[in-house]
Amino acid sequence: MEGVIALYIVMLAAFTGYEVIARVPVILHTPLMSGSNFVHGIVLVGAMVALGRANTPLEQVIGFIGVVLGAGNAVGGYVVTERMLQMFKSSGQKKKESA
Amino acid sequence: MQGLVPASVATVAIDFSYLLVAFLFIMGLKAMSSPVTARRGIVVAGVGMLIGTLMSFLYPGMGNFPLMLVAIAVGGGLAWWSGRIVAMTDMPQMIALYNGMGGGAAAAIAAVELLRMASGAEGAAQHGPVVTALAAAGAFIGAVSFSGSLIAFGKLQGLIKRSFRFKGQQFVNLLITAATIGLGAWIVASGHPTMQMVVGFFALALVLGVTMTLPIGGADMPVVISLYNAFTGLAVAFEGFVLENAAMIIAGIVVGSAGTLLTQLMAKAMNRSLANVLFSGFGEGAAVAAEGVTGALKPIEPSDVGVMMAFAQKVIVIPGYGMAVAQAQHKVWELCQLLIDKGVMVRFAIHPVAGRMPGHMNVLLAEAGVPYDLISDLDEINAEFETADVALVIGANDVVNPVARTDKSSPIYGMPILNADKAKNVLVIKRGQGAGFSGIENHLFYLDNTRMVYGDAQKVAAELIQAVKAAG
Repeated sequence: MEGVIALYIVMLAAFTGYEVIARVPVILHTPLMSGSNFVHGIVLVGAMVALGRANTPLEQVIGFIGVVLGAGNAVGGYVVTERMLQMFKSSGQKKKESA
Repeated sequence: MQGLVPASVATVAIDFSYLLVAFLFIMGLKAMSSPVTARRGIVVAGVGMLIGTLMSFLYPGMGNFPLMLVAIAVGGGLAWWSGRIVAMTDMPQMIALYNGMGGGAAAAIAAVELLRMASGAEGAAQHGPVVTALAAAGAFIGAVSFSGSLIAFGKLQGLIKRSFRFKGQQFVNLLITAATIGLGAWIVASGHPTMQMVVGFFALALVLGVTMTLPIGGADMPVVISLYNAFTGLAVAFEGFVLENAAMIIAGIVVGSAGTLLTQLMAKAMNRSLANVLFSGFGEGAAVAAEGVTGALKPIEPSDVGVMMAFAQKVIVIPGYGMAVAQAQHKVWELCQLLIDKGVMVRFAIHPVAGRMPGHMNVLLAEAGVPYDLISDLDEINAEFETADVALVIGANDVVNPVARTDKSSPIYGMPILNADKAKNVLVIKRGQGAGFSGIENHLFYLDNTRMVYGDAQKVAAELIQAVKAAG
């Protein structure tokens, strides 16, 4: 990737991350931290590429560990975030459910 | 090695799918910023992750597919299982654990790349100094995040009970940091690292994560976990540059910047600067003698409390981690429903650091079934205490200590607190007479309008339910 273009991407992504979080109410901080933790689980695809290109047994072992860890990050992050968020309900929703 | 489809087709398809992945991640995170759409947000982001993972199988020139599938099944399966069974109270350490795994994965990517450079074999990776430096930087941050998060997990899980501190600790940490960076610079400069250099570099970075995190007390751990979350984001982005993977770069940087902001918000809510958290080692605090406390602790019977609450107009509940430890949130909500049915206005007041990290208490209350519109944060509710008949403090301590407003010598001076002392009556449910997490004596408990109910929060709540029912 061209160096300057990459820097543009970094700058815009940094602003995006900041703006998305800036308006989050405190009640969602824990699920949001968990959610952003899930998002960097995309490291899984990098680990897959690393393992896919590994040649020696040592590289394969480290690549294998990388994919295990990356998959753990992605799947675990998703499961706990989803579990937390599905519990957030308003009074109106509760009434509807019990009705 | 041949890829699954022709390289040119695969590259274009992957590039466009990653664009979609980045879009879905950002939309998902945005939706997560409101309780109404939050659930949809994580599903949207999840779809992005699925697309990204599936498309990555098409990368040109990849092999080791059976190994890859086994690894995904093992890592994903274990995480799925542990994520389903973990109790809501243990959520902070679970997030730390998954985060550490991400950091470890980023470090592993860098390790493979650096080893491929070191191998010098045919088809070995040839990276320029800039890319090598990015790989090493990502490896450094990722490895620190990995071992540091594991220590954080161990501490919150109660596996590591002590905080290891010794004189000159920070100097030692600085030394390890310098040595790691020095070795990293040598790897970059050499352009052709040896196996020993790479192994030493990773070992030092892993040790640094451990020595950095061990002295930090349990109370400060959420800030540290949040910081490592941002670290992992950055590490993922750096490795994204190495692999020229746009999805990793964008997702990593977005999380890096969002995580940094979140860390600052948390540190601010706890009245601690980030530097303070990392380098001072309060949080496990020495007991401070009660100074200038006047009055006495005045106990009260649950039956009297029941009458007081049943005939109140407005009750504000202030839950703390003590309530969650006693698993009392369900009983407390039952009690509040009873009061609501009697026409009492009930609100929950949540301090930013209630629970083990900001927002954790909201998760615990949501689990008990409390609707989120009855829950207010500090800024919304503080003006309302003056009109409240009863402030019911359950297992909370430092966050309602008026000393934070008045006593400049107190370690918690300046921390924003819930103004429970402004309510007409203050009821405190507490397990025993000990001081709070920080070991600071709570002046609220000695006020004229404060009454203490001692006992297990769940048992007391059950007694209060009976008392309110009896009060008619």
